[in-house]
Amino acid sequence: MHLRRPALTAAAAASLLALTACGGGSSDAGADAPEPVESATFEAGTTMAELSQAGAITIGTKFDQPGFGLVGLSDEPEGFDVEIGKGIAAQLGLSEDQIEWVEAPSAQREDLITQGSVDMVIATYTINDTRKERITFAGPYYVAGQQIMVGEAEDRLTGPEDLRANPDLKICSVNGSTPSENIREYLASPDQLVLFEVYDDCVTAMKNGQVQAMTTDNVILTGYVAENEGEFKLVGEQFTEEPYGIGITKGDTAFCEFVNGALQTMSEDGSYEEAWTSTAGQYEGTEVPTLPTADACA
Amino acid sequence: MDPVLDNLDLFWSGFLRSLGIAAWAFAGSMVLGAVLAVFRVSPVPVLRAVGTAYVAVVRNTPLTALLFLFAFGIPTLQINASFYVFGVCGLVVYTAAFVCEAIRSGINAVAPGQAEAARAVGLTFTQTLGQVVLPQALRSVVPPLGNVQIAMIKNSAVVGAIGVGGELFSVYARLSSAQGYERLPVLLGVAAFFLLMTLPAGALLAATEKRLAVAR
Repeated sequence: MHLRRPALTAAAAASLLALTACGGGSSDAGADAPEPVESATFEAGTTMAELSQAGAITIGTKFDQPGFGLVGLSDEPEGFDVEIGKGIAAQLGLSEDQIEWVEAPSAQREDLITQGSVDMVIATYTINDTRKERITFAGPYYVAGQQIMVGEAEDRLTGPEDLRANPDLKICSVNGSTPSENIREYLASPDQLVLFEVYDDCVTAMKNGQVQAMTTDNVILTGYVAENEGEFKLVGEQFTEEPYGIGITKGDTAFCEFVNGALQTMSEDGSYEEAWTSTAGQYEGTEVPTLPTADACA
Repeated sequence: MDPVLDNLDLFWSGFLRSLGIAAWAFAGSMVLGAVLAVFRVSPVPVLRAVGTAYVAVVRNTPLTALLFLFAFGIPTLQINASFYVFGVCGLVVYTAAFVCEAIRSGINAVAPGQAEAARAVGLTFTQTLGQVVLPQALRSVVPPLGNVQIAMIKNSAVVGAIGVGGELFSVYARLSSAQGYERLPVLLGVAAFFLLMTLPAGALLAATEKRLAVAR
């Protein structure tokens, strides 16, 4: 029990920060704010009814991923994940100002959900079976794939297979992330893999020449390529499929079905496409995705 | 405890990696700390100033900040090494400040008459320190030094944040997040393996203390 308290306090502090940060009001992300549904009514006792009545929702997202969830100078997270969150909140009858954004680093996402610190996590969150043992996923709302980013001048790496042939090359990723596990089978030795807490540290290490490559989902990498013009490039094909889901409390089937329905509605009324084109879609070499078929809610 | 039992080999390799980091940091910080302590009590004002400044700066810097300075700051000076080396160096530099102060307290605990007597019979500064003061200081220094080094072993967990893969804390991140094991048992496993390092260290300390004790 003692272990839970610091985590909760930290989460509370984070949400306080997010609260004050949200006070600014208007978002300068390109997308128009989705209009909250006026007369949202839900069956009593469901998560939807609770959130709608409380007039507040807490959403966990990344704060350091360009295109998906990035807190920049505006102090508010911006990106595709954030727009998806706003779209879902709108269908609960909640406006942008009623959303509390909490940082959800890769390693803490399940815990934020199981401890009830957040109502949902939309944070480039790959659906997989081990995670499903602790939480439930709605979606997917996007399918990414893992790729490799190298420095502009690097020509020894053209795909994950080249790592084994060049044991002096080091590749960077984030502690506890799915890509960091996927890349292991391509390594000549575990020392080739360098892990940090956040992707920004990998970028610093690449600029310093301490690592020669970085791997994670393509959309995240495209963001870094666009942010650091002329310094980095992507090489090789996508070698995995990473369906991004929305993490919610385990077993909340009704809420899961609601979220899937909300995504479907967003896809039909064009706000899904708009969410993409105003955020991650602005980077070169990206295509407008179509909403993937939702998994069954179990 | 399934998450731990299923991954014992991973925990074991993480343990060995952490043990390696701690062993290097122990050796390095003892040497550097002893040198700094000698600086701080030396009759040369410049050396004293260097020692005092080192302790003031390093002891009051958070370890994480120091580690990131090593990992990302030193490479900007075109000096590069593996993150393992940077991690160990950061830990050595940090711990040395505390080792220095522990040793200095031991030196100060030796009655001034001892050093005066040594000087009176014509011993040089080095001889006074090496043959009279330090051997006596060593006895009273064992418990505080032990504290410092046990704290260092636990601090070694922080090194995992700067890209040193494979140590116990990375094992925790890998199992609990990437592979989705429940967090609490994994954390307990990590704690258990840290105890596997710190408890014997404590026992060794008690034994050393007993061995060095003199009847007064």
